[in-house]
Amino acid sequence: MTSMERVLATLSHREPDRVPLFLLLSLHGARELGLTIEEYFAKTEHVVQGQLRMLERYGHDCIYGFFHASLEAEAWGGSTIFTEDGPPNAGPPPLKADMIASLAPPRIAEVPGLTRVLEAQRALRRAVGDSVPIVGVVMSPFSLPVMQLGFDHYLDLIFDRPDLTHRLMEINGAFCAEWANAQLAAGAHAICYFDPLASQKMIDPALYRRFGRPAAQKTIAAIAGPTATHLASGPCLQVVDDLVDTGTMMVGVGGEEDLAAVKAACRGRLAVLGNLNGIQMRCWDEAATVAAVRGAIDAAAAGGGFILSDQHGEIPWQVPEATLDLIAQAAREYGRYPLAGGRGGP
Amino acid sequence: MISSCCSGTAVDYPHGSPVLLLEAALVSMDRLAIQRVYADSGLSPLSFCEQVVAPALAVIGEKWDRGELSLSHVYMSGRQCEEFMEQVLGGRSASVPERRCVALAVLEDYHLLGKRLVGFVLKGAGISYLDYGTVGVQELVRRVQRDGVRVLLISALMLPSALKVREVRDALDRLGITCRIVVGGAPFRLDPALHHEVGADLSCDTASQVLPALARLREGES
Repeated sequence: MTSMERVLATLSHREPDRVPLFLLLSLHGARELGLTIEEYFAKTEHVVQGQLRMLERYGHDCIYGFFHASLEAEAWGGSTIFTEDGPPNAGPPPLKADMIASLAPPRIAEVPGLTRVLEAQRALRRAVGDSVPIVGVVMSPFSLPVMQLGFDHYLDLIFDRPDLTHRLMEINGAFCAEWANAQLAAGAHAICYFDPLASQKMIDPALYRRFGRPAAQKTIAAIAGPTATHLASGPCLQVVDDLVDTGTMMVGVGGEEDLAAVKAACRGRLAVLGNLNGIQMRCWDEAATVAAVRGAIDAAAAGGGFILSDQHGEIPWQVPEATLDLIAQAAREYGRYPLAGGRGGP
Repeated sequence: MISSCCSGTAVDYPHGSPVLLLEAALVSMDRLAIQRVYADSGLSPLSFCEQVVAPALAVIGEKWDRGELSLSHVYMSGRQCEEFMEQVLGGRSASVPERRCVALAVLEDYHLLGKRLVGFVLKGAGISYLDYGTVGVQELVRRVQRDGVRVLLISALMLPSALKVREVRDALDRLGITCRIVVGGAPFRLDPALHHEVGADLSCDTASQVLPALARLREGES
């Protein structure tokens, strides 16, 4: 099976030849090329080369067409702070509540960082065709305001100015759908819809149902391709039914959550992505790595509908390449269907 | 090295206690009920802070930790307490005696919610502190030295920020500055060993755990 066939089978809740593995590596390509993280993201060809080298090295099942989240903050007037040892981070929030009434979505073509992402996805699609899924990324309309306004000011807005919150969801939703569709047109096969605030750990589910879920339903319906909703380390069990209602196909699960319980709640409705602990992964030895991979496969792989990945949607810079090699080896060894010990039935 | 700290839970309080009544009022955002709990308590503002507000925020924090409440509940509870105290105290400070200088900071990151939540808890307990906002390592160490800070609270959302605590610890040690470091935030929750790795004295899983952490450090000094 090609990676694409493997992934499509599991998204159809069938067992492919083995459990697909998504190593969501946005930063490690810089190390592959001997560049700083800032140098790496400055040129499209660096990211293209980095992703292709990591695909070759680890033999995993996706290309991550994602640069960094703060590019979306830049689109709204924000800035990016680069560090030597982590993901580029958003600078001070660019918006204030009183700007929302007259706010308009940014034009993608006028944001250099976003156009670099599109160029990279075009080149990656030319390189791999339809053999490996290329994953594009958007921030959800409901979660983007954390970068736009700051989390505390966003919560103030939700509680004090629901009218402006609804308006912000409309504006962000329009931008989100346009940005997702631009990536699909450029070469991405699917969109990872990052929505950490959908998690009950972050926002009262009642508020998610009032603002976040309707925004997701409308936005995902306007995205012309498959989506996976990632809660970026947040637990999801209390909102699984809501996520199903948004029309998404898959959920990215946080490391604090019981993966088997999530799989049971999602079975046949949502595929599950997760949930290796990226923070602890920095320090795993071989035994810990194999145990983590086997544990996740044992918990969630039976019957398909599962992709092995990390819990956050981005593997930290500090995770050594040797550990990533071990994860890939262990996934191939223990993730082969039918699973060992009679596991594998739906 | 002291390990992670804990705080009281709802079962520590009898049914109908002011702590649980305030907790319910905060979670349901019932401002009239908050006023009623205060009026019925018969306590002075300072005593109400110490005996009711701080424990109620601790109960809410523990419920968040157990997955029973959301961060939005924690935030709005803290904000309501802050507003209530400003109203009751009329701009006066409710400082309790705290002989050590306490400071609160975020390292090179603009994710400030965690810092604000800790600030709510400290204010709710009447503990004054220096708010350093977002700072770099060198600037933070300079301010700690300048202000004679004895307990440094660092909130981190991103792993690189959490790892920079090691640089703060090493710089303070090189300068011979005696300052305890208490950390909190997602990376420390996801890896319980991380606070040891970066040389922090304590790690808090919730903002409200900062109070028992301060108490434990105080005990360690006595």
